Amino acid sequence: MAQQELIPHLFRLEYRKIVSVLCRRFGFEQIEIAEDIASDTFATAAQTWGLNGAPANPAAWLYAVAKNKAKNHLQRNTVFETKVAPEVKHKTTELHKYEIDLSPQNITDSQLQMMFAICHPSIPPEAQIGLSLRILCGFGIDEIADAFLTNKETINKRLFRAKEKLREEHVKIEYPTPAEIDRRLENVLTTIYLLFNEGYYSVHKNEVLRKDLCFEAIRLGEMLIGNKTTDKPQVNALLSLMYFQASRFDARISKNGEIVLYDDQDTRLWNYDMITKGGYFLHRSATGGSLSKYHLEASIAYWSTRKEDTTEKWENILQLYNRYLQLEYSPIAALNRTYALAKARGRQEAIIEAEKLKLENNQFYFALLGELYTGIDTSRAKQHFKKAFSLAKTQADKQVLQNKMDML
Amino acid sequence: MEEYALIMRHEDGTRIASPEQMEIWMKMTMDWIGGIAAQNKFVSGTGLLFDDAKVIRHGMVTNGPFGEIKETIGGLIVVKAESVEEAVEFAKGCPVLGGDGNSMEVRRIAKRDETH
Repeated sequence: MAQQELIPHLFRLEYRKIVSVLCRRFGFEQIEIAEDIASDTFATAAQTWGLNGAPANPAAWLYAVAKNKAKNHLQRNTVFETKVAPEVKHKTTELHKYEIDLSPQNITDSQLQMMFAICHPSIPPEAQIGLSLRILCGFGIDEIADAFLTNKETINKRLFRAKEKLREEHVKIEYPTPAEIDRRLENVLTTIYLLFNEGYYSVHKNEVLRKDLCFEAIRLGEMLIGNKTTDKPQVNALLSLMYFQASRFDARISKNGEIVLYDDQDTRLWNYDMITKGGYFLHRSATGGSLSKYHLEASIAYWSTRKEDTTEKWENILQLYNRYLQLEYSPIAALNRTYALAKARGRQEAIIEAEKLKLENNQFYFALLGELYTGIDTSRAKQHFKKAFSLAKTQADKQVLQNKMDML
Repeated sequence: MEEYALIMRHEDGTRIASPEQMEIWMKMTMDWIGGIAAQNKFVSGTGLLFDDAKVIRHGMVTNGPFGEIKETIGGLIVVKAESVEEAVEFAKGCPVLGGDGNSMEVRRIAKRDETH
């Protein structure tokens, strides 16, 4: 790997590990210091490697430098003696006081515990994603601002407030108790899925960034599965869901950046390796007695990886949406259910059900009605597509609707 | 918005359905509930099994909810509705009504501070 790619690559991979370990050691009180030390370490790397070339084991080099910087900080800083030392859980001998544990086990534990801390219920979801991107995914502030389509100041403020909140609430970097884990995990999974959707559905032009968001979400999911306490059925289900969805990443956007609808996708562009992984984790998720919404969504996503338009497929999707909606309502799930109904039982039945939904401000509602009336009542179809067009927010959506109207 | 219980009443709970018939009913019931849930009007659902059902009366425990009266309750769902008329419309879609003599009962759920 070339020098100019190596450091950003390592930053993405190693920054979070260093921050997590240091922050767990120092506590949230000093998260900024942990972040500074980690950033400093990369600055040192950029200077030194620029002159002498990269070392044979860059990660180990980074750990060693981070460790030294942290030790220096601890030794210099009297705060350690008065504030941190009493907090440090493992009271150790004088000699070990300044040791920083960068063993693989501690790195893994620190990152997972950091994930739980960041996804603490006291912090708003947007800030959770922001902090996750910064601390767990090693994104730069401008990249986060880009992902949220906002500016750096907004993101800086948002992250600052979130960190303040973590301190105020005395959130500890530790595993939740077994009794608490499912509830806390729910928040973690929500954040991971939001992160994924940010990449998958965002209108962002930068495809590399969007893919990165998806893959980071998948990586966080895999991290949870790599750990015994968090390797739960619902985590496997979410991971399965993300793999199934991501398998269509290349097929759903055309070369010109237009959205390619499912029916028009070139299945040769589907990633079958990811579909296989989705299947693997779906299989692994099928244990235990509780059925999460991720189980249902993953099962729906599984059926979507089968292109053939069979009644069996749509009947299954319909039944899955029937159950999903009982767990959690969302307009998009209601619309998808109605689409599945049309495919499984015919449009007449679906039109009756669709008109009961009354989602008057939803462009997709009118797009669905337009779709259902296509070939049955052209003037109504057109009327609905027009209404959808007037509600559409992005150019890509408008284009899709225009094509539909042109084909009537 | 009020909450209503839609109660499924079977005329004869002792009739045994074939597994195939059960599957069809199950699917129809799920479609019915799914349609209500798609309108964001579904609150909760409780199926009541006939197996091992008991009736306690005058200190006597008997098998089955039936005894002399054959009519029994198969389950209930709770929905949100603007009016009892809307709740009745939901109830009309329940597949239980396809069975001979079966009926649906619609009852508004009392709020915490309401007497009933």
